[in-house]
Parts: sequence; C-alpha cells; structure tokens
Amino acid sequence: MDVNQMERRLVDYTASLFREGLLDDQFTQLQQLQDESNPDFVVEVVSVFFEDSERLLNDLGRTLDQQIVDFKKVHDHVHQLKGSSSSIGAQRVKNGCIAFRNFCEEHNIEGCLKCLQQVKQEYFLVKNKLESLFRLEQQILAAGGSIPMME
Amino acid sequence: MDRCMSTASSTPIRKVSDGVSDQFPAGLRVLVVDDDPTCLKILEKMLRNCLYEVTTCSQAEVALSMLRESRTGFDIVLSDVHMPDMNGFKLLEQIGLEMDLPVIMMSADDGKDVVMKGVTHGACDYLIKPVRIEAIKNLWQHVVRKRRNELKEFEQSGSVEDGDRLQKASDELDYSSSVNEGSWKSSKKRKDDEDEGEERDDTSALKKPRVVWSVELHQQFVAAVNQLGIDKAVPKKILELMNVPGLTRENVASHLQKYRLYLRRLSGVSQHQGGVNTPFMSPQEASFRSISSFDGLDIQAFAASGQLPPQSLASLQAGLGRTTTSTGVAMPIVDQRNIFSSEISKLRFGSVQQLSNSGKQVSLLPGLPTSMEPKQLPHPHQSVQSFGSIGLQASEGTSTFLNMPTSLRTTLSTQMHGVHGNRSSPSMMQMSQTQSRNQSLNEMVGGHASGIPSTIGQQIFSNECSGQVLDRDRTTINGRSAACNPVSQVSSVVDFSMNHMTELPGNGFPLASATEVSNLTSRGMFQEGRKMGLKGSRGFAPSYDIFNELHQPKTQDWELQNVGLNFEASQHLNSIIQSNTNHAPSIMGGQGFSSSLKNGQNINMLVYGNAVVSAGEANEHGNTENSAQRPNIHLVNTSFRVKSEEIPDLSCEKLLIPDHFGQDDLMSALLKQQQGVGPVESEYNFDGYTMDNISV
Repeated sequence: MDVNQMERRLVDYTASLFREGLLDDQFTQLQQLQDESNPDFVVEVVSVFFEDSERLLNDLGRTLDQQIVDFKKVHDHVHQLKGSSSSIGAQRVKNGCIAFRNFCEEHNIEGCLKCLQQVKQEYFLVKNKLESLFRLEQQILAAGGSIPMME
Repeated sequence: MDRCMSTASSTPIRKVSDGVSDQFPAGLRVLVVDDDPTCLKILEKMLRNCLYEVTTCSQAEVALSMLRESRTGFDIVLSDVHMPDMNGFKLLEQIGLEMDLPVIMMSADDGKDVVMKGVTHGACDYLIKPVRIEAIKNLWQHVVRKRRNELKEFEQSGSVEDGDRLQKASDELDYSSSVNEGSWKSSKKRKDDEDEGEERDDTSALKKPRVVWSVELHQQFVAAVNQLGIDKAVPKKILELMNVPGLTRENVASHLQKYRLYLRRLSGVSQHQGGVNTPFMSPQEASFRSISSFDGLDIQAFAASGQLPPQSLASLQAGLGRTTTSTGVAMPIVDQRNIFSSEISKLRFGSVQQLSNSGKQVSLLPGLPTSMEPKQLPHPHQSVQSFGSIGLQASEGTSTFLNMPTSLRTTLSTQMHGVHGNRSSPSMMQMSQTQSRNQSLNEMVGGHASGIPSTIGQQIFSNECSGQVLDRDRTTINGRSAACNPVSQVSSVVDFSMNHMTELPGNGFPLASATEVSNLTSRGMFQEGRKMGLKGSRGFAPSYDIFNELHQPKTQDWELQNVGLNFEASQHLNSIIQSNTNHAPSIMGGQGFSSSLKNGQNINMLVYGNAVVSAGEANEHGNTENSAQRPNIHLVNTSFRVKSEEIPDLSCEKLLIPDHFGQDDLMSALLKQQQGVGPVESEYNFDGYTMDNISV
C-alpha cells in the first residue's frame, strides 16, 4: 500500500487500541512528549516497559510458586507493575493489577494466580499490538511518510 | 536500574544565589528518584520538556548521597513512595532534615492513608501516577512557595520556625575541632530512621515548615535535654520544657535524634584536647552547660564547631587551655543547621554573656553553654534566631564583639552547622583565641542567610584565624566565609589558616549579608564587619536562587558563597557589606548568611562555634528598627542573622574585640566598644550582634 494508505491504517489501528481499552490517554501523553530532540521516545519508553514488566511477571510467578508465599513481595511487584503500566497507558494491564492487588491483600493465592494469568495475557496482548504499531510507523517513515499525531 | 545521571537540560540556567535566572522556572534543578525505570524515563522526558534540569536516580540511597554532596545542587526532589532500598517517606524526611528542599512524592497508590503520610512527613505535594505533564509543569511553584515561606518566617522574626535562620556559623575560632566534625551536618548523614520516630503521623496533619533550629532554639533544646538527663529526655518533655510556641513534638523528636547522633559522634572525637577547661562543654553534655570558664574564648569552642582545623584547634586549646574542641572539627559544617551549637553557648565569653541580655543563647561570652540558658544569648536582642550553634552573634552592628581587640578575633568559626561539632567549640574558642589573630570576628557568619543550614560550612572560619585563639580577645568569630558557604563548603573554610583570617578583611565572615555585617571585619583579623566573608551564602541551596530573586535586595551581596570563598568572600564582604544596605537577612534559606546584614551593621558575630550569629538579622524582621542591635555577641549558631538594619557604617574597628578580653573583659570590652563606638554603635548597640530578638 502506499504511504497514505499506511498512514490511514495507522490512524485506524491506533484508534482501535484506544477503543478496546488497551491503551488510554496516558499513551497519548507519551506521544505528545516525543519531539525532534527525541524522535524515538515512545519506542524507547515502551521497550523499557516491556523489559521491566517481563521481569516483574517472572518474579511474580516465582514468588507465588513458593511454599510460603511472601505476599509483601507480591504486593510490591504488583504495585510496581501497576505503576509502570499506568504510566505508559496500558490500561488493561493496569486494571488487571488492581484486581491482583486486592487478592494479594486477602492473601488469596488462588486469586493471585488467576490474576497473574490475566495480567500476563493482557500484557502480551498489548505488547503485540504495540509492536505492530511501531512496525507500521517504521514502514511509513521508511516510505517517506509521517506519523500522524493522534488527537 | 540504577542509573543516576545528571542530565543537563538544554537550558541549564543555573540559578546562582545572587540572582535568579530570569528564565525561571526553566533550569529548575530537579532530582527524580524512582525505582521504576519506565516511570523514571517518562518523568525525565516530561521534566526536560518543561526545560528543567533533570537528574535521575533509581535508588534512594544514591539520591541522598547526591544531595549531600551538593546541597545546593538541586531545587526540588521528586520521589516515589515505594522503593526497594528505602521507603520514600524516610527519604523525604531525611531530605527535609538535612537539606530542607521541597519534596514531591509520587505513587500509583492513591489510598488516603498513604497520601496522608505524605502530608505528615512533610511532602510539598503528592502526585498520583501516572503523572501528567501538567503536574510537572507546575513543579516550580513548590520551590517558590517554600522559599517564600522561609523568608516570611524569617522576617517574622525569630520565630522558631524560621526557616532560614541563618545558621550562624559560628565560626568559631579555630576550633576546628570537633566542632566541625561534630558538625551536625555530618551527623545528618545518618540515615537511620529517627529513633525517636516521632511519628510524623502524630503531628497535626498540617505539617509545618521545617523548623530551623536556631542557636537559641537549640540552646533551649539542649538545656531541656540536660535538665531531663540525656537518657530521659523524651521529645514530649523536652517540648514542654522548651515551651516554644509553634514547635511540635515531632520537630523536637527529629531534632533530638539528630542531636543524639551528634553526641555520639562527638564522643568519638577527641574533643577536648587540652585539658582546657573547655568552657564549652565538652562535647555534649557537660559542655553544654558549662558556660563557666570560658576562657576568654569560649567562643573558640564554638568556633571549633566551625571547622577549625584540628591543628588550629590544638593551638587554640593550648592557648585557651581549653580543650574542648574536637579537633576534628575541621569539617565542613554540614550545613545542617546544627543547632547544637550548644557549643556556642560554650562560647562563653564571659563578658559576652552579660552583654546579651536576653538570654539569647548565643552567649558567646562566658562560654555560656547555650544550652544552658537557652535564652541566654548574650544579646538580648539578638534574635538569636536561627543561631544554631552559633555563637556568633552576628549582631549587626554589634560589632562589639568584633570590636574586640584584634587579638581576639578569634575567628569563631561560625559554623553554623558545624557548630554541632561544637563540641569542639570549646576548643574552638580556644582556637579562636589563638587565632585571635584573627580578630576577625568573623562575623562572618552574619551573612548567613538565615537558616542557612547549609551554610554552615562557614563556620569554619574563624578557626583558622590565627591560631591564636582569642583567648584574649575574643574569638573573633571567624566569619569565615565559611560560614558563608551555605553548604558544607565549610570544610574548605576551615582551612583557613588563621592566617587567613587576619588577612581577610573580613574574610571568612560568612556573613552573607555582609552587607551589614561589615562589622565583622576586623582588621586583618577581624573581619571588618563588612568583610564578612559571608559569602557563603552562596552556596546556599540553589533554591535560594529563587529566593534571591524574590528577595533580591537582600541578598545582594551575598557573596556568601560557600566557604570556599573564604577569603574572597571577605574581600567581597567588604564591599558587600558596605554596599549592602538592605539586607534583610533574606533569610536565605540556606544561605548562610542572612543578608540581613545591613550595611554597616556590624555583625558581631561572635560566632561561637557554628553559629554565625547573624547579628542584625534579627532586625530584619520587623525589628528593623532596632538599631538597638546589640552587638551582642550572640553566638548563635548558624543562624546568623544579620540584621538588616542599616548600620551606619560601623567601622570595623568597632567590631574588633578588645584584646583584653578576658571573659569578663570581653563583655565589658564589648560594652565599651559599643559605647565608644559612637553613634554608630548606638545603633547597634547590641552586645553581640543585634539579632532579632529571638523570642523563643
């Protein structure tokens, strides 16, 4: 497809992510922060987020797997994941963390494990979508187009 | 990841203490602490986009050390609440106690109790994550607000809460000893939680602005503690004994904690070097009380608090016979406001005491352990405010102290904070004596911007002053410019060898506002008031930049640049002092020297130990009229408030402390001086320095 088409596609794609609740306004904020001095800002931040989140998710899995579960640790990890996901606008991940935290406070292992699954799912989903988004952006730029600003 | 990088923003407008960048708030120096790398990166970008200068840090400990390294290097701190290595609230408290910077907390947690904790721990604001750029854009308001509050407090005179009480850097005399090392500031390094805990939650929800522990206040505190017995001293009782309106148990608790650390630290230092009767109470305890034998220069002891280099201290001691100075003092006074300038009290200048009528603590004279009589400051009016340990009474205009015969010029190192170290103050005093040469009454301290806790560094001044301790004369408060250094620069000051003192025309006077301080300069040794090297204030927290900008007039001549200035400061001081006319001791928050020194005001900084007495500061607030600044030698710690009153050019001479000071003599000498001074004196007729009466 030509550049214009790609650009339109990008716009639609992005809009759908918002519509489905995968992304929220915070993501837009990130996009607005990006400027010429830092043209890859969004990609960079999101990459950091991916790395960090995967680490947290692994830690969570390990912690919940212990004989004696250290709920404080679980709580701290969840809290951090909540913070970072909300900072980049990964809304569904954040919501999953809220539910997760509640189970954690109740010391409900089952509940926590379920939530962990849920959060993981949401995380991989948004990761996937964002990666597609970035790819699309790259293609547009490579083709000489420009990324349309959302909103 | 712990990545602490200083990212210079594209517009590194550095606000210097003497002036605020006109691009403000661009260039605001922000330190962000968050263990979440995603958030950290985002915040960094947001801050950069707002044209702030950002430094990021993912570990609280690292952040603290960065802050300590450069107390004035940042204007505001943004910190996350939940961090693995240290609780964000604890960090918040530490910063508040040590550096008194505005801190904004952040968290994804918006629970009411957490937010409340932020409030009670003194956070300026609490942001819920995800943080939006709009919130970041307005960060500067907290900086401005804080400065304004501090200034206001300062102006309100002497209120305890004075944010900026100039830490009187009691530049004690050469006692670089323990005073320095004891400097409170160093004690601040401790990270332990407050033992006292005083739960912050316990305080009213409305967290008061940080209390500046002026010399006077500190003396009261110490007196209370002594009365109760160090083991039995609990914040509540201390608070009751002190009976200071507006002071909370929490304030006392945190101060007590620091004090304890300070004591511990001091006891580790060989403080008393000689068997001198340290008038200043040897580190802690006794010394606090004993104002007794102040040999002539108990001030030295105070000076010691400043940062008298050990050797000077030793010499002082020898001279004074007092040992108390912890030689280690040479340390740069951490700018804390060490209130513990009890040492200052040590400064007993015998005579000084008398001078100070009000119990203002800083009794430079007779080694009043300030703690003893909390109010005893030699000068009645001295608004001892914020004199931390300063023995310096920088009364403006009070050159009385300064008038001490040059011999005295014991440079009291006004350590403002350093006074803590005051332990050595006794020695400091001694040192100062030896320094006497220094004559410089280093009033220096006067400059400090009130509340310059940080400036304390200045204290060191005097120490250097000729080792000759003022024993005979009075310890000239070394105004070491060290005092000026708003921040720890003190150490550098310490190095002043006494010789410097002599030379410095006023060097070392930390008096920031030397403007008025002029008194300090004693010739050569004495820093003529003006000379107050108070340039220290410069170092003061950058925050002062804003501050400065707000209170321009005051600070103008602050030159108090950190002690490092020391001599240059002194020179500047002269000019500054003279030119400074106004000076409302702008309480420069950290600026060590309250510029309040008005011109001509003699900063009688009898800075004991650390306290840079800001003579005259007191005036700033409201007292301005008081020309009555008595040149009390207020050894006020740290908060050296220079009275902003305009002091008609008091010749520095006046400040010189008569040589024949003996303790008793000192006072009388001072008094005489005052009288002799002529009209000018009358203005300042304060014993030590005119300090705003710190009504505690």
